[in-house]
This record gives sequence, structure tokens and C-alpha cells, in this order.
Amino acid sequence: MNSRTDSRRFRTMSRRELLKLTPVLALGAFAIPKLREPMLKSGLAFSDWASARLFRSSHLAPTFADSDLSPFDKFPINGYDVDDPGVDFDKWTLTVTGEVQKPGDYTLAQIQVLPKFTQNTRHVCVEGWDVIGQFSGARLSDFLQMIGADPTARVVNVECADDYYESLDMATAMHPQSLLCYEMYGRPLTPEHGAPLRLSIPTKIGYKQAKYLTDLKVSHVLQRVGYWEDQGYSEFYGL
Amino acid sequence: MATRAVAIEDVKKGEVTEAVYEHPFVVRLCHWVNAVSLFVMAGSGLQIFRAFPSFGAKIPQKDLLNWPKAFALGGWLGGALQWHLTFMWIYIASGLLYVGYQICSGNYKQVLFVRRDIPGVWPMVRHYFFFGPKPPAKEAYNPLQKHAYTSAIGLGVLSVLTGLAIWKPVQFSWLAWMMGGFHWARLWHFLIMWALLAFVFGHLVMVALHGWSNFVSMLTGWKKDPEYPSE
Repeated sequence: MNSRTDSRRFRTMSRRELLKLTPVLALGAFAIPKLREPMLKSGLAFSDWASARLFRSSHLAPTFADSDLSPFDKFPINGYDVDDPGVDFDKWTLTVTGEVQKPGDYTLAQIQVLPKFTQNTRHVCVEGWDVIGQFSGARLSDFLQMIGADPTARVVNVECADDYYESLDMATAMHPQSLLCYEMYGRPLTPEHGAPLRLSIPTKIGYKQAKYLTDLKVSHVLQRVGYWEDQGYSEFYGL
Repeated sequence: MATRAVAIEDVKKGEVTEAVYEHPFVVRLCHWVNAVSLFVMAGSGLQIFRAFPSFGAKIPQKDLLNWPKAFALGGWLGGALQWHLTFMWIYIASGLLYVGYQICSGNYKQVLFVRRDIPGVWPMVRHYFFFGPKPPAKEAYNPLQKHAYTSAIGLGVLSVLTGLAIWKPVQFSWLAWMMGGFHWARLWHFLIMWALLAFVFGHLVMVALHGWSNFVSMLTGWKKDPEYPSE
């Protein structure tokens, strides 16, 4: 049924419909630098919150056959500073602090006493490439149990010989595939891959899997997030 | 479907014009929010792609396309990821609101491509691309338009699913698996973006060809002088 109206009333009606769209202009706030930064930060924070909610300890990263492995010499090396920070392997220890019953300096031999796990998993870089590698080491959860980490703690912080630093949420640290890795492709880690000890966390993006570990701290509060996170990358970045 | 229509009387000129209410408020809102978010998603996505412009191995890296920075958004990888991970929520929300509204209101009937639209596609293609005669307009959307808009929604859904597969290849490993693995999911995500950009290009050409009254209808909802009978 066609109702009748005059052209003035139609114009008013059209204008009212047009004005209803003004909320769309709110997106223009992203064009203003002062407003953009905090809004993009909260967008990223929301994505991190959602990522943490999506994380399931029971969801295992896919594992692959030995025939799917990328050759060792095709495994990219991404250091943020140097490929070899010159770690003195004879004197090296992992210094454990924070909410643990047995803080102190742990040698590689003490870590290697823990059951050794080997897994072929995909290493995904934030840049977009990925590679399937073989990683062996002790479960981080076993190590946390050995040092008597407070089960109610929320964060595991690590520091590295090249001054890199990272953090893991406790749920990820306790994941069965999260390793304190000391071997790749069945051989002790080489300097450019993080010798003598690195993280291998197949449920996380590459930059969270720190190399050349020197310090590990268990805490209730997240204080230092990570080197790349401080440059503006995602804090949680779980895969 | 019955569309709201009015006859506008211009007293001075003594003319009567028809107008139909073609685009409900929610559709117009979603259209413009989606237009902005699709622009941001493609721009930041291309900046993210610049960090590794390849679909092969990292070593040796064979670059596929050196996309110019001037046509990308975010300035650097981290900045582009902030845009991408912020606007994906806006993109998803506008898509869900649109689809939800269309289904609940029944408005989808004017735009959803269904089986009886199939015979009408070829005459429209012949008209647009091969100078064929113009088939008479019967509804707000012709069969080719319905096909394009319905496909665009399908592409939108796929863009989100492929994006989820590369953002969360562990939590949604089944999704990545369905797409042929992580590598393929990343390639699909890229190709679907180009398909959506191709749709946008065609859409803009058509908007330019169809004139002002058609463009205004996406702002006010009302289209004056529709080509098709309002009842």
C-alpha cells in the first residue's frame, strides 16, 4: 500500500534516517592519533583476554612425523640482538627466584634428570612463516614441581643471556607440551638456537619461546611482559 | 516481499514521485561499519603480509609480491597487528549483526540468492559485460546482484574462519586441518581478501553507474524512482 506524503515531509523523514547513522562516525576516532593509540591498545588487550579464555590445557598442538620435519639447516634463526651471546657453558646455571620453595641455581644436569620428552611441533613466527622442528627437553611443569613453585602463582618470567626477557601465563607453563628445551633434532642446542637452554612452547608464537635462558622467576603479578610485547606486540599470543 | 513505499507529492511542480524504503537501519549501519572495517582489515593485512610476502619456506625465501607500504596500514608489523586484532572484532560484530538481523526480520528474502534466481543470472551478465538487452527489473535486487551480495557474505564468513585458523592453529587445529593445514589456511585467507576486494571494486563501479538516488538509499534507506514496481 502506497501512502502519500509531500516532498517536505519526505525530506525530513530522510534526514532523520540519515542522522541515525551518526554512530558510524565514532569510528573516525581511529583517525585521531591521540585516541587511536589507546583504542588499538585496548583492542589488542581484548584479543589477548579472548585468547587466554580460548586456551585449553587439553588442546595439544599437532605433532608431526619425522618425515615432515624441516631440515635443521632450514630452521630460521631469529635473534633480537646477536646470534651467539657467548654463554660460558661450564659456569651456566638457571637462577630460580620468586614464589618457589627451592630457589637457587640449577645446573643443566639437574634439569636433565627430569623425564625427557621429544616432540615434532610447528614453530610459528609472528612474521607469518612456520617451520616444523624437533625439540627435546624437560616439561616445564615437571621443573616447576621440582622447584616447588606456588601452584596459585600466575606468571613465569624468564630472562636471557642476550638481555631478552619473556613471560608465560601459568596455564601455558603447565601445558604438557611446554618444554625447557636443551636438544633440537636430537643434538644439544647450538648457540644460535639458544644453547644451553631455551623454551619450546608449541602453543605460543615464536617470540615467546625465549632462548639462552639464565633466570626463571615465578610470581603472582605480571610485571615484565616481554621484549617484543613492550614494542607493541600481543602479550598472550597463544596459538 | 512487501516493501514500504510512499508517493511523494511535490505541490509546487505538481509531480508525484515514488519512493521505496529499501535498506532498513540495521542494514545501513552494518554496511558502513563493515565498509570501514574491511578497509582496515585489508590494509593492515597487507602490512602483515609485508613481513613475510611468501607462502613457501623461510629458507630460502621467495618473495611473491612486494606490496607498497603506501597502500598498507599500520606502519610496521606490530602496528598492523594492533589494527587487525582490534578491527576483526568490529568486522565480526557487524557481520553477525547483519546476518542475524536479515534472518530475524525476513529482510534476507530481497537479497538472498536462491535457486529460482539462477535463470536470471546469464541475461544480467550478458547485459553488463556483452552489451545484451537490459532485462526488466522486477525486484530491488536483480539475480546477478543477489549472487554477488550472497557470495560476499560467504566470503566474509570464510575470511573470519581462515583468519581464526591462522591466528589459533592449535586451539582451532580442526579448522586449519579442514583448510589443508596452516600453510593453506594462510593462503586461503590471502586469496579471500583479494576476492572481497574484487567484489568491492565491482560494487563501486556499479554504484558509480547507478547514480545518486541509488547511493543515497544506503544512507537514508529511501530510494526515489525505483526501477522496479513498488508493489
